[in-house]
Amino acid sequence: MSTPLALLDTDVETDLRITVRELLADRCPSDAVRAMYDGDRSIVGKLWKALGVDLGLAGLLVPEDQGGAGASAREAAVVLEELGFAAAPVPFLTSAVVATTVLLETAREGGSEPVSGLIGALASGEGTLALVVPFSTARNGRLATAMVDAAGCLSGEVTSVAGVLEADTLLVPVADGDRVALYAVEAGAVAITPVSSLDMGRQLADVRLDGAAGELLSGDAEAAIRTALDTGSALLASEQVGIARWCLEETVSYLKTRRQFGRVVGGFQAIKHRLADLYTAVESGTAAAHYAAAALAAGDPDWLVGASVAQAYCGDLAVYAAEEALQLHGGIGMTWEHPTHLYLKRAKADQIALGTPGAHRAALADFVNLPAAEA
Amino acid sequence: MSTALTADELAARVEEFLAAHDPAQLQTDEDRLEWLRARFDAGLAWVSYPAGLGGLGLPRAMQGAVDAAFRAAGAPSNRPEVNGIGLGMAAPTILAYGTDEQKQRFLRPLWTGEEIWCQLFSEPGAGSDLAGVATRAVLDNDTWVVNGQKVWTSGAHNADLAILVARTDPDVPKHSGLTYFLCDMHDPGVDVRPLRQITGEAEFNEVFLTDVRIPDSSRLGAVGEGWRVANTTLNNERVAIGGRVAPREEGMIGVVAQTWRDHPERRTASAHDRLLRLWVDSEVARLTGERLAQKIAMGQPGPEAAAMKLSFARNYQQLSGLELEILGEAGLRYENQQGWTMVRPDHVSFTGRDAGYRYLRAKGNSIEGGTSEILRNIVAERVLGLPAEPRADKNIPWKESLR
Repeated sequence: MSTPLALLDTDVETDLRITVRELLADRCPSDAVRAMYDGDRSIVGKLWKALGVDLGLAGLLVPEDQGGAGASAREAAVVLEELGFAAAPVPFLTSAVVATTVLLETAREGGSEPVSGLIGALASGEGTLALVVPFSTARNGRLATAMVDAAGCLSGEVTSVAGVLEADTLLVPVADGDRVALYAVEAGAVAITPVSSLDMGRQLADVRLDGAAGELLSGDAEAAIRTALDTGSALLASEQVGIARWCLEETVSYLKTRRQFGRVVGGFQAIKHRLADLYTAVESGTAAAHYAAAALAAGDPDWLVGASVAQAYCGDLAVYAAEEALQLHGGIGMTWEHPTHLYLKRAKADQIALGTPGAHRAALADFVNLPAAEA
Repeated sequence: MSTALTADELAARVEEFLAAHDPAQLQTDEDRLEWLRARFDAGLAWVSYPAGLGGLGLPRAMQGAVDAAFRAAGAPSNRPEVNGIGLGMAAPTILAYGTDEQKQRFLRPLWTGEEIWCQLFSEPGAGSDLAGVATRAVLDNDTWVVNGQKVWTSGAHNADLAILVARTDPDVPKHSGLTYFLCDMHDPGVDVRPLRQITGEAEFNEVFLTDVRIPDSSRLGAVGEGWRVANTTLNNERVAIGGRVAPREEGMIGVVAQTWRDHPERRTASAHDRLLRLWVDSEVARLTGERLAQKIAMGQPGPEAAAMKLSFARNYQQLSGLELEILGEAGLRYENQQGWTMVRPDHVSFTGRDAGYRYLRAKGNSIEGGTSEILRNIVAERVLGLPAEPRADKNIPWKESLR
């Protein structure tokens, strides 16, 4: 920690933030996200094409010599913060962050020909991928439940997987003795059952592999997969900050106009103090999320501490902000019509995703030498 | 000459000064004082101050390298730890509002530590509502005669001078009738009495002012302008709180984490999770401070520092309370240096002494320098733009307000 990492946006990052925010303001109305809860997913494909292909965000983390934008975790964090701010239903986290990192890490360790083919598809936005593990998988969680037979056919069932409904290719971890192998499987070759999910903006699916043909990408992919999950944790914090910031700004703005007892409700000290505490928490979470992204982008060995701190803090922050937004909106916040519930559901699902805050605190105990009590 | 020095040129200037004023040659206290005066006169005291007043008109960020170079050379210290009010609050206010004569008279002995300063702001009847101070200053020819009572004055028993806010016009609304003075603490009308606090000691004082005489030449800013001048002082206090970037595990979390590591036999699952939550909160507060410092360096200062102080007070209070529980039986004992014996320390450390002291002292963190309730109002009103609190006394003459 010699030179402090920059925790504010660079000019380029500010431009990216504005571009993404404006596109989402235009193309991601909350009624289209709400419609997903009633089965209308028509926004997903259009929005993902606009963001992933037209803006090139699908290949944001892919190096330029492999056809991508060659950006770093810092830019990915900016995108996720804006996606959180809009509660946007696109597979950026699952495909452009987690699946992409699995493949880039696999390639770095000497990946096979099909790996670079998939990276190329990600970079152009032609391919959308998903890593087939439960969305709740924590950093020490079990990765492989599927099996492979001698003919290279996969079988098994993995529940509550995020990003599968949008994906055309699935990355399936397969148990191979002590190792975890990684196979690519066409989405069309497996049984995918959509799950009625707490957050329908990131709808989960159960995946059943019944002798599906898989292409071996790596015989030893555990490190790559765990790095990808940690990367997802580090950057999910930015989505959580985006959720929290929307909740804060929307609530402040509403309470400046809502009147009761002949006064603006935002003028009551009981309300002002709650909003001041929420502001303090949102600013704190922003610093934590920016640090995690900056450390990751810089290849700073402290990045895993940064990721755990950011998840431990921001996982709870987004839920706290959404619950405050709902309460401080009063009855209107409880309605289906008002967008607050979209953020509450995203926040609560994100809190559980990639490990709960408690799981990240437990990881931190090892990183910073604060051992648990002897059992 | 308008070109500012580069970092290298400044380093060369320090080397040159050290060559001409070798710290190793200093024998007596008087030698050391002369050395500090020479450093001030060379513009190497606080480099962001103007030339002729101890500085070179350079960015504040260049100070760190100068201090480090002098420290490495074994240079004498101006003991900033015993003159925090002087260096952090009185000096920038004198710089902003002082006459040339006042700047020449006060800034050098302030910086060298020859003159120690304290702050006569709060009163028994004016705490959060500082603009309600009742201490009166009445002009008698060219001298102000001051009567009243001040409180929570740290270091008053060691101070030579004070920054003082007093009421000069009770017939106008409260913010308009205040004037800011530089008060001689050796005046016979100044009576300093220790104010014993819950830790057993007296870190603060009550100061009774009876016919204290202050020449009009020691008035800072115009008559009636005291509130604006005082806000310069208070804003500098907040910059001081928000402006420093700490290393990881500095402060109370470092102390409690060490207690945890030292006492494996005292670990429980519930204390472990609480500790980790507070470790995360402390680390996040550290990163928030770092981000705020980067904002300030980019020229985006503001009332956001109030939010930092809210987090700081909560962290320190929760951590120090947890530490007593981790310690268990040992947490029942209050045996630090002197137990409950009344003493008057010349400086304070929130993380010093033992766990019982730290727990009790931390209670002040949400009161001193702006209560957490006032800070929440500041964040709500100045950052979030929510309506201000109703003020029954704002537009009526001070003497008619209910007190």
